Amino acid sequence: MTATEPVVETDVPTRRISVTVNGERRVADVEPRLLLAHLLRQGLALTGTHVGCDTTNCGACTVLYDGTPVKSCTMLAVQADGHEVTTVEGLGTPSELDPVQEGFATEHGLQCGFCTPGMMLAARALLDRNPDPSEDEIRWGLSGNLCRCTGYQNIVKAVRWAAEKEAK
Amino acid sequence: MTATAEPAAGSRALDEVKIGGLGSSRPRVEDARFIRGRGNYVEDVTLPGMLHMEILRSPLAHARIKSIDTSAAWAIPGVKLVLTGEMAAQRNLAWMPTLSYDTQAVLATDKVRFQGQEVACVVAEDPYIAKDACDAIVVEYEALPPIVNPEQAVAPGAPLIRDDKSGQADNIAYQWEVGDKDGTDAAFAKADVVSKLRLHYPRSHPSPIENCGAVADFNNATGKLTVYMTSQAPHIVRAAVALIAELPEHLIRIISPDVGGGFGNKVPVYPGYVCAILCSILTAKPVKWIEDNTGNLSSTGFGRDMYLDSEMALTNDGKILAVRYHATTDQGAFFADAQPTKFKIGLVHSSFACYDVPVGHITAQGMYTNKAPGGVAYRCSFRVTEAMFFQERMIQAAADDLGMDQAEFRRRNLVRDDQFPYRTPFGFLTDSGQYLKCLQIGLDAIGYDDFLVEQAEARKQGRLLGIGISTMTEPLGAGNSREYDILGIKMFDSAELRVHPTGKAVLKIGAQTQGQGHETTFAQIVTHELGIPATDIVVEHGDTDHTPFGMGTYASRSTPVAGAATAMVARKIRAKARKLAAHLLEVSEEDVEWELGRFFVRGAESRGVTIQECAMAAYSNMPDGMEPGLENNAYYDPPNLTWPFACYIATVEVDPETGVWDVLRFVGVDDCGVRINPMIVEGQIMGGLTEAYAMSNMQFQTYDADGNLVGANYMDYLLPTAWETPGFELHEVVTPSPHHPIGAKGVGECAAVGGPAAYVNAVMNALRPTGVRNIDMPLLPDRVWHAAHTGQDVSGAPPFRTE
Repeated sequence: MTATEPVVETDVPTRRISVTVNGERRVADVEPRLLLAHLLRQGLALTGTHVGCDTTNCGACTVLYDGTPVKSCTMLAVQADGHEVTTVEGLGTPSELDPVQEGFATEHGLQCGFCTPGMMLAARALLDRNPDPSEDEIRWGLSGNLCRCTGYQNIVKAVRWAAEKEAK
Repeated sequence: MTATAEPAAGSRALDEVKIGGLGSSRPRVEDARFIRGRGNYVEDVTLPGMLHMEILRSPLAHARIKSIDTSAAWAIPGVKLVLTGEMAAQRNLAWMPTLSYDTQAVLATDKVRFQGQEVACVVAEDPYIAKDACDAIVVEYEALPPIVNPEQAVAPGAPLIRDDKSGQADNIAYQWEVGDKDGTDAAFAKADVVSKLRLHYPRSHPSPIENCGAVADFNNATGKLTVYMTSQAPHIVRAAVALIAELPEHLIRIISPDVGGGFGNKVPVYPGYVCAILCSILTAKPVKWIEDNTGNLSSTGFGRDMYLDSEMALTNDGKILAVRYHATTDQGAFFADAQPTKFKIGLVHSSFACYDVPVGHITAQGMYTNKAPGGVAYRCSFRVTEAMFFQERMIQAAADDLGMDQAEFRRRNLVRDDQFPYRTPFGFLTDSGQYLKCLQIGLDAIGYDDFLVEQAEARKQGRLLGIGISTMTEPLGAGNSREYDILGIKMFDSAELRVHPTGKAVLKIGAQTQGQGHETTFAQIVTHELGIPATDIVVEHGDTDHTPFGMGTYASRSTPVAGAATAMVARKIRAKARKLAAHLLEVSEEDVEWELGRFFVRGAESRGVTIQECAMAAYSNMPDGMEPGLENNAYYDPPNLTWPFACYIATVEVDPETGVWDVLRFVGVDDCGVRINPMIVEGQIMGGLTEAYAMSNMQFQTYDADGNLVGANYMDYLLPTAWETPGFELHEVVTPSPHHPIGAKGVGECAAVGGPAAYVNAVMNALRPTGVRNIDMPLLPDRVWHAAHTGQDVSGAPPFRTE
C-alpha cells in the first residue's frame, strides 16, 4: 500500500503519489480505490484520523486538505497527490498545543474522544477563516461533524475559548 | 457529606478541591491523549501478521437459505478463509446464547431472520480484498413473508420465525407480569376519571460514532486467546467466551481499550466478535474485524421498540389511585436484551416510582419479528427509558383529562421528602430525594407562570407555544445481588488499590469507560478517602488480565457500584495506614485521628504523619508482625439501587404551516446526590439531553412492509448536529444517597431517560387546542403537520408509511 508497508501480491495496479502530510512529504504506491482515510491510518500510521460512518455524515475522519476541511473517508488517496493534508497529529507542536486543542480540554469539549480529532480540525478551519465566530457561526461551522457524547454546548465553548486566546 | 467542606480552624487537612477530590471539576486525564489523536481504539490496534475479516449480510428480512457458493471468493488472491454457518456448526458455533437465555445465530445455517443478518465471513490479507471476496459469495435465498410489527406476529397464519427452537409454536418471546391485579381493579372501580393513552416508543439505535470491532489473537503455541474489542463489559465477555467457545477462562484475555462511545450498544457479544475469534483459531493469526456503520446500525443492539396501552385511575381533585398498562416489546428475530435475568422487560416497573401511587399492575409480552435482535439498555437502566416516557406522557394526559395544570398535578402526586425510604407500587424502595424542590427550581428557572401568559397571548395571534415537563426518578446501579444477575453472575463490582512507597497509587477497577472519564473521577474518590492528590493516582481498567472481575459499565452503574468499591478499598488502605501512623507516632491506634491527607495525635495536632509517610513505612518501617505493603481490593454488593431525580422542562414553538418545532428554552434540574466531578456530571447531562432531543425530533429506525430497514446509515438515520441541538440551562440539587459510601447516585443516563417526555409534552401542549392526544416519536414535521391539521393522533408503528 505504501513505501512503509509490504504490498499484497494482487493484479490491482498501483499508482505512486506524493502527499505532504503534516508538513512532511510522503510517497506511497496506492491502489486507485484506496481511501485517503485508509492511507493516513494504515499506510502512514496516523491513527488519530477516525472512521465512523462511511457516508460522509459523521465527520470523524475530517482532515484539512490544503487548509480546507474534507472528509477523508469519501476522498481517494490519489486525489491528494501533490496536495497538503493536515491531520490531528499536525495540530500544535510537540511542545505546544494548538489553542483549539487547549480549548477542548479546558471546556470539556470531549468525552469518548472519537469525534474529537475531526471536530477540532473543523474548528481550526473555522477559526482560520473567521477568528471571532458567534455561537451560531460555530454551530453552523461544525454542523458537518457529529458528536454523540457532549451535546455540543461545551464544544461551542471550546471554540470560543480558542478564539479568545488567539485574539490576545 | 458535603464535598467542599472547609477544614476546621487549626486543621492541617488538605483542601480537598485543590488536590482534586470530591467536588473538584479537575480537567480530564483522558483528554491529553484524545486531543493529540493518541487515543487507542480497537481500530488502532495492529498486530504482526494480522489478517482482516469482513461479514456478508443478508439482503432479505426472512428467507430460507437454499445454497451458498463460496468458490469464487476462495479464488481471489489474498483470501485466507471463507467461513459459513455450516463450517461454524462443525465447531458448535453456528449458534450462541444471548444475554436473555435465548439463542442467536452467529452465521445463518437454515434461514435468515432479519435484513443485515450475518451469513458468511471472509478473512484476507487486506480489508479491501475481504470485501471483494464477500461480494463474490453467491447465496441463493427462498423468500418468506416478513413480519415487521407485533400485531402481524400474532395474526392468524403468521409464519413462525423461530422454527429453530423446539417447543416454540408461536412468535411470542416472553410474557411477564408484576403488581397487584385485584387491588388495581378495585381502585379503578372507585375512580372519578380514567385516563387512557396508547403510544409507541420507536426503535432507536445507540449509534456511537465508533462502530463495533475486534482484533482476535489466538496463539496456538501458548493456547492463549487475546481479544481487543469494543466492550463495555470485558469481564462478562471473558466468562461468555469461556462458556460459548469452550476455551479455558485463564487463557482468555479481553482488552477493551479506548471505547468510542457505547450507550449500551457495546454490552452484548455479537456474531462478529465470535467470528473473529473463530477465524483467528482457524488461521492461527491475529484477525481484525471492524464493522462498518451499516453493519452496526442494522445488526447490533437497538433500544426501545415498545408499545403501551395504559390507563390511570384518578379522583376529581387530582390524586392518582392506580395505574395499569400493557407493554408489548418488538424483540426482533432473537431475544437478546442485555438485562438482569429475573426481569424479562427490564425495570419497566420502575415507572411511577417518584409518584405516590398506592397500587398498580403491569403485563408485558415480547414478540419475535423479522428485525434486528436486541433491546439493549440504550443509555438507560434496562427499559427505564420507556418506563419514564410512558409515565410522563400518561401524567400529562391525566392532567389534561382532569383539566388541571400539569405542574399542579405533579405537585399533588410526587412523593414528599418525609416519605423516604418509599416503597413503590411495584416493589422498589427509593432511597432519597427532594422532588418538590427540584420541580419548583425548574418552574422558577423557566418562568412558568410568565410563560403561560405568553402562551395565551401567542395563541390569540395563531402562534403555537408549548411547555412540557418531565419529572422522574430512575433506578441506577444494579445490583443488589439478591435481585440482579446476568446469566447467573451477580451484579457486584470491584476495585483494587495499590499505594506505592512514595505515596503514588494505582487503582484498578472492574468497570470500563466508554468516554465518561473514569480515569479522572475514580481517582477523585481515592483522593477523597486518602488525601492523595488525584494527579498522583492512575486508574486502570478494561483489561481482564490486570483488573479485578467487574460487571462492566451500563445502567449508570459505574459510580454507584464500582465507585462504592473504590471508596471501600480506599478505606481498607486507610485502616492499615492508621496502624502504620500509630507506629510512626509511637502512640496507640486509638489516639490517632484522621484528617484529609494525614494522621495526628489527638490533643497534639502538630504531631502527625502524612499518608505518604505511612506508605513509605509500609515498605520500609512497618511494625513487627505487620504484613508489608499497602494494597487491597474490595468487591461491593450494593444494598439497594440509587435513585436520582430529575426535572426537565422544555418550551417550544410549533410552526403550524410546516409542522417544524423549535426548542425555545430547556431547563434541567438534576439531583444525582454528591457530584464527584461537577464538570463531568454536567457534560453527561447535556449529552443525554441531546440524545433525548434526537429521539423526540428525528432519530429512529423503522422498517417497510418488506422488512427493509429504514435507518441503516447516517443519511437515513438522522442524528442532530450542533446546528439543530438546543442549548441547555442546568441546575443542581444534592440529596445524598443514604446507602452509598460517598453519597453518590448514578447520573449518566437520567437526561436521555427523562428528556424525551419534556420535548414531546411541550409539543403536545402546544397542539392542545387541536384535540390531538398523541403523536408517536419522533415528532417529524409531517407527523406534527398531519396532527395539527386533522386533529388526529399519529402512529409511528411500522410498516413505515410510504405514500
